This record gives sequence, C-alpha cells and structure tokens, in this order.
Amino acid sequence: METRKIEVPVMADLFAKGEKPEYLFWVGCAGAFDDRYKKVVRAFTRILTHLNVSFAVLGKEETCNGDPARRAGNEMLYQMQALQLIEIFRRYDVKKIITICPHCFNVFKNEYPDLGGKYEVVNYLQFLNKNIEEGNLKIDSTSLDNISITYHDPCYLGRANEIYDEPRSILKKLTGNFVEMHRNKSFALCCGAGGAQMFKEAEKGNKEVFIERTEDALKTDAKVIATACPFCMTMLTDGLKYKNKEQEIRNLDIAELIAQSIDL
Amino acid sequence: MTKQIIFAISLLITFGVFSYSINRIVRFFRFTRPAFPVREFRKRINVMLTVAFGQTKIFRRPVIGLFHALVFWGFCVIIFGSIEMVIDGLTGTGRVLIFLGPVYNIIMASGDIFALLVAISIIIFLSRRLFFHIKRFEGIEMKNISHIDANIALSIILLLMISLLTMNTGYIEYMKHTGESSVGLFPVSTVIAGFITNGKAENFRVMYETSWWVHILLIFLFANLLPYSKHFHVFLSIPNVFLSRLEPLGKLPNMDNITREVKLMLDPDTAFTASSMDVPQERFGVKDAEDASWKNYFDSLACTECGRCTAVCPANITGKKLSPRKVMMDLRARMKEKGPLMVKNGRDFNDNRSLLRDYISEEELWACTTCNACAKECPININHPTLIIDIRRYLVMEEASAPGEIKAMFNNIENNGAPWQYSAEDRMVWAKDLEINVH
Repeated sequence: METRKIEVPVMADLFAKGEKPEYLFWVGCAGAFDDRYKKVVRAFTRILTHLNVSFAVLGKEETCNGDPARRAGNEMLYQMQALQLIEIFRRYDVKKIITICPHCFNVFKNEYPDLGGKYEVVNYLQFLNKNIEEGNLKIDSTSLDNISITYHDPCYLGRANEIYDEPRSILKKLTGNFVEMHRNKSFALCCGAGGAQMFKEAEKGNKEVFIERTEDALKTDAKVIATACPFCMTMLTDGLKYKNKEQEIRNLDIAELIAQSIDL
Repeated sequence: MTKQIIFAISLLITFGVFSYSINRIVRFFRFTRPAFPVREFRKRINVMLTVAFGQTKIFRRPVIGLFHALVFWGFCVIIFGSIEMVIDGLTGTGRVLIFLGPVYNIIMASGDIFALLVAISIIIFLSRRLFFHIKRFEGIEMKNISHIDANIALSIILLLMISLLTMNTGYIEYMKHTGESSVGLFPVSTVIAGFITNGKAENFRVMYETSWWVHILLIFLFANLLPYSKHFHVFLSIPNVFLSRLEPLGKLPNMDNITREVKLMLDPDTAFTASSMDVPQERFGVKDAEDASWKNYFDSLACTECGRCTAVCPANITGKKLSPRKVMMDLRARMKEKGPLMVKNGRDFNDNRSLLRDYISEEELWACTTCNACAKECPININHPTLIIDIRRYLVMEEASAPGEIKAMFNNIENNGAPWQYSAEDRMVWAKDLEINVH
C-alpha cells in the first residue's frame, strides 16, 4: 500500500499565500493535547483530505473557546476567550466552521452569535453523513465484518442540539449489527464529564457516572462503543478499563470507524 | 332564590380568597430579574398545543404518562360542565348549555366517561404513593408535607369525580322516575344507574342536588388550596409551557453586563466613551431568590414535584446530593420566605440568609454535568440547568469560589489558552507524520 504525506493546512500560511479555505477545521483542545483523541483528529483529517475538502486549522493561534469556563460559571473568562476568537475569525474571514467536539460545536453554533460571531457551524457527524449520502464517501459495509457497535449520545449533540439520526445512519451503514443501549437518544445518560466535570473529581456519591454509563454499554454485548465527543471517549475508555474489558471491547470514535472502513 | 344567593356568596368568597392567594405569590415577581422577551407567539402556541395539550413529554414515561394524560384531558372536558354549573348556580337555570344540541351531548358524554377514567387514574396514583415504594417520590427534598400535599390533592380530585358520577346517576334516575326525558348523554352513569333497582324519585333528587353542591363546592375548595400546594401546576403548567425558553437546550443565556466589561477591557479606546460606571452595578449571577429571573420563579411555582428530572439526573442516579427538583423547590421556598420581607423592607433587604448555602449547597451545584436530561424530561418545560449555572456564576465571579481543580482549569485557559497545562506551541503536534493510504 502506497502512502502519501498530509501537510495540514494552517490558516495563517494560507492567508500569507492569498488563499482562503472554505472551512475552518476547529481541532479543539482535546484534539490538540489528549493523546488518545489526537488519533480521532488524525482520522478525521484523513477523511477531509480524502474528500479534497478545502480547509485549514488555526494551529498555534487556536485557543480554548471558553466553554468549560462558561459551564463552570466563569462568564468573564468565557467572554474574554470568545471575543478574542471572534476577532481572529474575523481576520481570517471565517464563514464555515467544522468541529468534532460537541461542546465546541454547541458554543460556536448557539452561543457565539450572542457576541456577534455568526458562522455556519457544522458538526463532523452532519458533514460525514451528508458526504456518505451524496456518495462522496463510499463506505464498504463488509469492511468491519459486521461487528456489533453501540453508540453513546453525547449530551451536547443529542439533547442540546437534537442530533440523533446522523450518527445512527452512519453506524448502520458501517455494520448490520448496530445495537442501542437501553437509554438512548434523548434518554441517553451523560458520561459524567459535561459541565466542566471533566476537570475535577466528582462529588461524593455511591458510584461514578462513567461506570453507570459503561454498564449500559456492556449490557448491549457490543464489541465497539462508538463515541463522538472527546470527553465521552475519556470517560467510557476509563469505564472499560475499570471493568477490565479494554481487551475485548473497544471505544472508537465514528471518524475512526469510517477511516478504518475505507482504509485511509 | 336562596340557592342562588348561597351560590353567589360561595363564588364571591372563592374569587376573593383566590385573588388574595394569587396576589401573595404574584407580587414577588417584581423582585425577579428579566429573562427573555416573550416573542414568537406562533412557536409558543405550537409548543403549548404539543407539550401541554398533547402531553407529549409526559408520554416519555408511556404507561403512567397515559394515566396523567387521561386526567389532563378529562379536566379539559369536565371544565365545560363546571362552567355550566356556575352559570346555572348563579342564574337559577338548569343545564343552560343545552342549546348547544348535539355538541352538548358530546360534552356531557365525554365528561361522564372521563370522570370514570380520571377516577381510575387517580386511584392508581394514590395507590402508587400509598402502597408502593416509588423512588421518584423519595429524596431529601421530599418532606412529609410534600406527600401529604400530594395525597390531599389526589383525594379531592377523586371526590370530585365520584361526586360528578353520583350527580349524573342521580339526575338520570330522577328523570326516569318523574317520567321526564333527561338531556345530555351519560354512558357511564347510565350503566351505574342500571344497578339501582329501587328508590323513590325524591331520593334521587336529593342525590342529584347534594352531589351537585358537593361537586361545585369541592371545586371552589380545590381552587383555593392549589396556590398553597404543589398542585398549583393545575393552573400554571399551561402558561409555563407557553412561556418556555425556546432556545436549544445547550444554549446558555448571555450575560450582557459582562460583555460590556470585557469589551472595555479588550478595547481601551471605548473606555472613554462608555464607562461601566454608567450602568448600575448588579450582582453577577444568582445568590438569592431575587437574583433569579421571572422565568426561574415561574418554573418553581409550576413545578409539581413529580421528580422526573431527578430520576434522570446522572448526578442523582449515582448518589450525589444534586436533585434538580430540589433546586426548583428551594427557589420557591426561599421566595416564600424572603418575598414578604422584601415587600416590607425593599428589594435590598438582607435577612442574612440566601438561596445559596441556606437552601442549595455548593456540593449540589458543582455536581451538575449540564447534560440537560432534567430539562428534557420536565413535562412542563422547566429549565433547571440555566439556574444552576447562574448560581455557579455568582460563586465564581462574586466570591471567586470554585473547587480547586476548576480554578486550575481557569488559570490554564487564562495562561495558555487551554483547560490543561499545555503550551500553544504544541497545538500542531497531532499533525506530525500524518499519512493517508493511496488507493
């Protein structure tokens, strides 16, 4: 198999050359710094490249968009981050943003407009599903050997933004063996990391939320837990480790599953 | 005539006491803060028709939801009969709505059928509360009084339905015995009447009249108990749904006063044109009842403590202290406590107590994952997370109070633009040696 190197386009470089990409690909802090999640970003970048999408990342100019600060009550810090980013977006004339992280998606889509930042914000699942349906992305349904897959709805795609169908439509094309957890779609249980919980220890209780949710996933007997959020991935991967199931059951992002299926 | 006078007096007392009770609650709204402008009426009517009248969210728990929907729809139909009773009682007429013809028959027939269905549903509700251990009805916020309140309200509704059925039965039998033809259709009561084999016409008249009075006086009593009960939702749930927040659940309201401050900080040029001193300094976030918005307060009054929110809360499920229902009940209780003091002494009055800490602890607030399961579940579109975040906003921005790790996260964002301690210089490390298979 031949391989080709991908040079990820950076916004500042393109602008220096007088080029303007169609999409800003928002990598997010987890995408940039979480070792496990970097692989998801790499998989999605391969798909973007495969599709010949005109995109660029902010690279070193990217900075937290303020979501965790906002959910933790620090509106001041959130708005500082947001207004600075809006200024950067203005400088690069950003019109369309594509995100993987549902939290970043939600903030850009629903909350930045209040501060004057209005963009066409696309979540990667919407983007991927559209490209599959339009035939640009040809998934080989036999490539994953009909492995059983379950899907954990991230709160900020599901209840927060009512994106339930795209991930399911994609996963059902990847396998004939898609199984729902007992609590799914708008009933889905949070992984426990939202609302800035990711960054702190949980309050005293009798169980960790991520264990409760991992048990939901294990009950399905699926071999793959598909996730679509960096925090959910951390939580459910931890859950699998806690249950000593990390050998038998894998937690993969939908972008990774697609990249694997079309052998990118 | 005596009957009319007694009726008019009871009705006057009902309205008098009711407006007194309502005013006691409504006057506290002036202490609350703005939430959002109530626009988009078409959308609101739509939400009201689906969520309130269609009971769509109650059906998220389909079995018990169906019984609630029957009670709700039953009320919607039976209320026409109650209106007729009020007109009859005041004017001395008998079955004044008869001119509606076939429509009248439909109204009466469905009211009669629904009376039975509501009664059955209420018996199920009461048995669930009395004889079964339903987790949803338990919790630290569920004091004895909450259970008594629920059982009283349910019992009154049951009595209302029984009196309605005996009224209809008495009416049918009385008409039968006097040889007059009865008006209106009463399928259920006709069946009940079929079991009655003997009796005098006079007895059935008494049965009818007594049930009539018991039914209408119970309605008056019920209406006046509601403002003091969690069953206030009988009145407030439909308006609360109409006044729903229409934004996506994921969206938090923007704090415009912060935007002004941040813009001043980022752009010193504007400092001379728009000083932040021009705007009266308002407390950031919510510390006490009066910092909450009118919608938060409305939510808290409309809450019927069903606990569907708490039953789906990931924090609560895993044994943490947070209970979204408690947050609503706490706001309502705190306003009930502080409201009268503010009426007397002004909005700035300080009784050395507050919603935060005296009612809702920091431990509860920091346990929220903002997953919005509570808001999604609430049958009447109460929004708990926005209030929880507003109290966090107070804690963080007014008191600089937050768990240590959260403060560290803030520091990281401020210093290196990420919630973790990584340098922006490393933001492209992920893209190193990235390759794609060429097919």
